[in-house]
Amino acid sequence: MLTPEKFGRALAAAVGLLLAAVALAPLIGSSPISLERAFQGESPDAEILFDIRLTRTLLAAAAGGALALAGVIFQALLRDALATPFTLGVSNGAALGAVVAICFGWGTVGELSALGLAAMVGALAVMGAVLKIASEGRRMSSFTLLLTGVTINSICMAAILFLHSSAGFIQSFAIVRWLMGGIDSPRPATLAAVGAGVLVALGLTMAKAKDLNLLAVGEDWALTRGTDVRALMRFCFVLGSFLTAVITAMTGPIGFIGLITPHALRMVVGADHRLLVPASFCVGGAFLVVCDTAARTMMAPAEIPVGVITSMLGGPFFIWLLRSRRARVWL
Amino acid sequence: MKPLYTLHGLSYRYGGRRAVDHVDLSFEAGRMTSVVGPNGAGKSTLMGVMAGVLEGYEGGCRFEGREIAAWNRRELAARVAFIPQTLRLEFPFTAEQVVFMGRTPHGRGLFETEADRAAVERALALTDSQQFIGRAFGELSGGEKQRVVLASALAQEPEALLLDEPTTFLDLKHQLDLYGLLRKLAGEGVAVVAVTHDLNLAAAYSDRLVAMACGQVVADGAPSEVLRADVVEKYFGARVQVIETAAGRPWAVYG
Repeated sequence: MLTPEKFGRALAAAVGLLLAAVALAPLIGSSPISLERAFQGESPDAEILFDIRLTRTLLAAAAGGALALAGVIFQALLRDALATPFTLGVSNGAALGAVVAICFGWGTVGELSALGLAAMVGALAVMGAVLKIASEGRRMSSFTLLLTGVTINSICMAAILFLHSSAGFIQSFAIVRWLMGGIDSPRPATLAAVGAGVLVALGLTMAKAKDLNLLAVGEDWALTRGTDVRALMRFCFVLGSFLTAVITAMTGPIGFIGLITPHALRMVVGADHRLLVPASFCVGGAFLVVCDTAARTMMAPAEIPVGVITSMLGGPFFIWLLRSRRARVWL
Repeated sequence: MKPLYTLHGLSYRYGGRRAVDHVDLSFEAGRMTSVVGPNGAGKSTLMGVMAGVLEGYEGGCRFEGREIAAWNRRELAARVAFIPQTLRLEFPFTAEQVVFMGRTPHGRGLFETEADRAAVERALALTDSQQFIGRAFGELSGGEKQRVVLASALAQEPEALLLDEPTTFLDLKHQLDLYGLLRKLAGEGVAVVAVTHDLNLAAAYSDRLVAMACGQVVADGAPSEVLRADVVEKYFGARVQVIETAAGRPWAVYG
């Protein structure tokens, strides 16, 4: 039985971890800065600390949290421990949009990045198509959703490969670089919009946490315990896809976090989504902050794609976790 | 007594095949009914429709006078509990968490209440499952899982309890305990409808047997009226001899 006290303790630990990562990461970087000068607003320390490192750190926290949250949602929705935010094609839809923008040389639309917009449009188009196709027939099921998503994923991947094979050298490099994923310092207004959207999504997911427990057991199980499964599945798919779309449009695809974070947290807090959702969000955010800090400092002034770091740090950690807990039956 | 469930001309199709074919039945509170029949008779489909799991049925399937399809899910789940044949979990929920899930239709808050705890403790005691609460559901044996799932259904505090082959994984003692418990629940006013392949167990504990074949009801009445050698041979394709137990119940002997 989950008590408010137990919930509070777990939440405090997870939020504390995230805040510690967000507070410490901006202090680390290739250019030494004086905190005193930065807080007095003196240049360039203030710009480096606040405008470059802090905004980037906050975007990493939001992106990591959102990807982990999307992973939790998709794993419950599909009842598949191997599901990731990218399983149902939304991320490849975003990638296709971005690749089209790169191939056609679109720069900006007004003040907005055409690449980000195209990625968002691609992701939302895939989300709509998967939802439409999977909803046909008697009842949407996780199986039809998975089959539809995987199929559209493959179609998008084929289109990306085709465009890549016909692109010029510069475009080809830009495509590969985008597909590696990476975090740049965003504009404050963009960061605020993304942060607000992600926090709203977190709140909506928490409101459905008990229903997610039921759905993670089974559709019939959830139905016979009072859940409107059709509505819940749509909600999960749209919310998880929205999170994936927004973050992928901002950062490109960053793998591993959406898969590993929910798994690792299940070993610590269990499968109850009332704990798993906030814990995964905070730890996913903290993890990407750490990985991004490593990505921008390890080979400075060059940057390592952050997806490489997430896999290189997360993989061994996950294996250690598995060995220390003696692989559970559910893996 | 006014029936809790009323099925009128109920049919359900899988593609072009009618798994349930124009069934007329009613089930009252306080009675235990066992639905028997050979494989493919439509028993599980009937349970699925009554539980609201299978949508798109034809004819009428009313609970407390309202069509199942018209019920609000949460309101229906607070009155009707359904126990599936098997439950396989992908994630490491504990047995306690599985039982507490039965309380979902009764509360909207993030945390369980004292009333939830009391209902769960009662359900665990009734099913002799208290010793499993700290264990991962996936690590329990088939029979232990079955008892935990039954506890989860009882935690719903239902007026009607639908069970699809509830004794599949249970040893003899727990089969008898389960049927004894179902009898007790019926005595407390719950409408119990159980699908089973065990004709003798069904006849020993039920008020009524419903035999199905090819989607239709072929016999319906007291155990002594349904568990007859001619009925078993005609619809189950098996030759048996039916004797009477000391309690006056029919018992099929074979081999």
